[in-house]
Amino acid sequence: MAKKPHGNGLSRRSFLSLSAALAAGTVAGNVLRWTQPATASASILDPGMTATPSFCEVCFWKCGIDAWTNAQGKLVQITGHASHPLSNGRLCPRGTGGMGQLYDPDRIKQPMLRDGDTWRAVSWDEALGFVAKRMEAIKAKWGPESVALVNHGHGASFLQHMMKAWGAPVTSAPSWAQCRGPRDAAFQVTYGRPVGSPEFTDIENARFMVLVGSHLGENMHNTQVQEFARFVERGGELAVVDPRFSVAAGKAKWWLPIRPGTDLALLLAWIRLLVTEGTYNKAFVEQHCTGLPELTAAVSPYTPEWAYTQTGIEPDVIREVARRLAMNAPNALVHPGRRTNWYGDDTQRARAVAILNALLGNFGQRGGFWLGHRFSVGRYPYPAYPKADEAFEAKMRKHFPLAEETPTQYLRDHTLAGDDPPIKGWLVYGTDLLNNFPHKEKTIEAFKQLELLVVVETMPIELTGWADVVLPDTTYLERFDDLHTPTWKVPYVALRQPVVQPLYDSKPVWWIARELGLRLGLQKYFPWKNVEEYLDTRLRTAGLSLADLKAKGVVTKDAPPPYTDRPTFHTRSGKVELYSHTLAQLGFDAIPKYTPPAEPPPGFFRLLIGRVPVHSFGRTTNNRVLTEIMSENHLWVNAVTARDFGLTNGQYVRVVNQDGVQSDPVKVKVTQRIRPDSVFLPHGFGRQTPKLHQAYHKGTADNDLITRIVVDPIMGGTSTNTNFVTFIQEPRKRQASAEDA
Amino acid sequence: MFRKVRYVMVIDTKKCVGCAACVFACKQENNVPEGYCRDWIEQEVRGTFPVLTMENRSQRCQHCDSPPCVYACPTGASHVGTGGITLVYKDLCTGCKACIAACPYDARYLHPDGYVDKCTFCEHRVKVGMQPACVAVCPTNCLHFGDVNDPNSNVRKLLDTRRSHTQKSELGTQPQLYWLD
Repeated sequence: MAKKPHGNGLSRRSFLSLSAALAAGTVAGNVLRWTQPATASASILDPGMTATPSFCEVCFWKCGIDAWTNAQGKLVQITGHASHPLSNGRLCPRGTGGMGQLYDPDRIKQPMLRDGDTWRAVSWDEALGFVAKRMEAIKAKWGPESVALVNHGHGASFLQHMMKAWGAPVTSAPSWAQCRGPRDAAFQVTYGRPVGSPEFTDIENARFMVLVGSHLGENMHNTQVQEFARFVERGGELAVVDPRFSVAAGKAKWWLPIRPGTDLALLLAWIRLLVTEGTYNKAFVEQHCTGLPELTAAVSPYTPEWAYTQTGIEPDVIREVARRLAMNAPNALVHPGRRTNWYGDDTQRARAVAILNALLGNFGQRGGFWLGHRFSVGRYPYPAYPKADEAFEAKMRKHFPLAEETPTQYLRDHTLAGDDPPIKGWLVYGTDLLNNFPHKEKTIEAFKQLELLVVVETMPIELTGWADVVLPDTTYLERFDDLHTPTWKVPYVALRQPVVQPLYDSKPVWWIARELGLRLGLQKYFPWKNVEEYLDTRLRTAGLSLADLKAKGVVTKDAPPPYTDRPTFHTRSGKVELYSHTLAQLGFDAIPKYTPPAEPPPGFFRLLIGRVPVHSFGRTTNNRVLTEIMSENHLWVNAVTARDFGLTNGQYVRVVNQDGVQSDPVKVKVTQRIRPDSVFLPHGFGRQTPKLHQAYHKGTADNDLITRIVVDPIMGGTSTNTNFVTFIQEPRKRQASAEDA
Repeated sequence: MFRKVRYVMVIDTKKCVGCAACVFACKQENNVPEGYCRDWIEQEVRGTFPVLTMENRSQRCQHCDSPPCVYACPTGASHVGTGGITLVYKDLCTGCKACIAACPYDARYLHPDGYVDKCTFCEHRVKVGMQPACVAVCPTNCLHFGDVNDPNSNVRKLLDTRRSHTQKSELGTQPQLYWLD
């Protein structure tokens, strides 16, 4: 039965490229070539240059920046803000290239409304009016919980407020299940607090550090890399566990090129060595931990010799690293990592990391985990939110009892299945849903079930083609956002403020949230007229003013050093739980147990993914400044493997995964820096919409090759490293003759 | 007492992660056209899996004490400026590329506007007491810049207390980029 897309109900939506119905003038705009240079740049010493302090959002680390505009008001340079604790005057390559995001000619330029099988450029009033009407219609029929907010990034806070005010509790961010969730759940269970962001690791003061799969230096979180460099400078000893010879591995005394998927075997062997040799931090464990006898018994089978059979790491090396850890405790750290969704048993692996750190007694200690401070700024005095229906969350928790946030694939599957409460609308902010979590065909099917899909975005990413309404967001360089007051070694409050006025017809997200809120009858939740009033009200509670922050960008406060010998733990027992009663009660292993990973089929290689220093996922692959250095991803192939398959460095190859999914052509990087049984592919490339002129068909998308998923039963993480690929050899001869003809 | 200023760069590759922040910072500060750069990253990997070493190097003009580019220049465009910084007078440069051929470090390129361009140690910033853009941005603080003849300078102290080497010193160019061992 054919229904009109904007008919009364379950419209079957189809993909509609944003280019389809743009006016001729705009089409011309879309074929504009980027002219030399990528952005007009200039020295900060040139006459007429002004610096506006703010903070970055090319990734989520939120470093302080000085954004330099020239006499014409054009942003020409971004540098690190000198007194911001996360940047210390320095900046990573991505932040330095932020103007490529602002001046990207492919940006969405006006609100677009799906009109049958075409797009119509509309006014903000019409677009927001449409969204409000649809939201109200869904609310009337199913209740406000039937509209979900799927979001990422600092800008989302105003939308979160609007949705809470409207009574809509369902929210999700892919950064939980597809990134940091496993280690946050594990630390929550063990220590009673998540690792959080920025991580509370005292890298610079560690005397010995172990990185398990974490590639600091390619993963360019500015402050972490600054600390890492100081750690190296101070002569800190490093062991890196990684199937790939990462940049960090290049600085390590011990590189442990582990067989992928066996990290838990190694961690358990280390735990066993510490407890059986009695080299763990006895004072800390006796005072602060519970479950040592159970732990000792549970890890008894995991000898270094056994671990060798699993990991391929020599028993002597395993012993040596354990000794160095113990010798340097408590100023030793096993870094919890960040993106930890690898094999589906990730919470348990992260639990082993948490336990190992507990045995070192480094919580609250220099070179371990610091316990920081937060700059206290009052909330805006809003009226209380209406009581929200918790049916969705209760249901989600039944599946994933320790999910602190809704796994996005769970929201997707729930939407698709039409489960109760039915999810009929998605409001998507700042997240690239067709590229950042697996099974995009299912995600598209879920979109087709929706009554309303609103996408608030700066770029015409693939996702926008499925939307009913596309709202052009501003970049972080064109807007105010809420204050940033994370827990850090020094408490601080930082302001994001516009460096330039919004380009095109884009609007700041606070404005979008407020205008939509007003159309939804939420006047009492938006008593402020503009965001400056809101920010000033908040800042005054801390004895500051918006004028202060506009001038300084960041205000810090003196605080005692973030270390303590008397840490407290918000676990059920009030102690560090080596043996987890919470997990035991829920029917999970109270102490991590090792299960060997699935072997690759013959002739296949494990697909590993990761990051590169000049990009932040797919968000930057269309950024003309950053792509000048790296415009496509390379598939890392060990030299021996390459020889076996006749692959040469720099050639393009397609790979196919175990389920027959083929990649786009991708350049081969023949290297010694990876195990022969694995290949490595940087994430975020292979964009499939021609609307992203710079990124279109550059490299290949890892997300498409990740079809076999193991879901972490504890917190809902989706594995990435459980897929295998092999090379499709292009029949060169035939190809050549076809070209000749 | 008269003391001659000599600007040098001291680089700690042990800290460098090869992230290329220095490249972006330089390009912006110096308006380097798309497709060109004044500084760049070299990543050298030696060995065979799994016995490997890696070095990341942020490379640029070596501002040699005996600069072959200056000697090769037929017009006097390439010259040595204050503090030993090797520079190019745009107006005198004919774009003949003799200096590009003479430079053993491949540190020069022909600007699309017809003159040869290269690292200036951000002379315009140094003059007002600032660090070069690459040094200022570096998240790992692996680049150190200063006057090697100033006994209190960071670079002097580093060179006095740590071993270092220069690149292609056998050519007699007396390069002034020092690499800490």
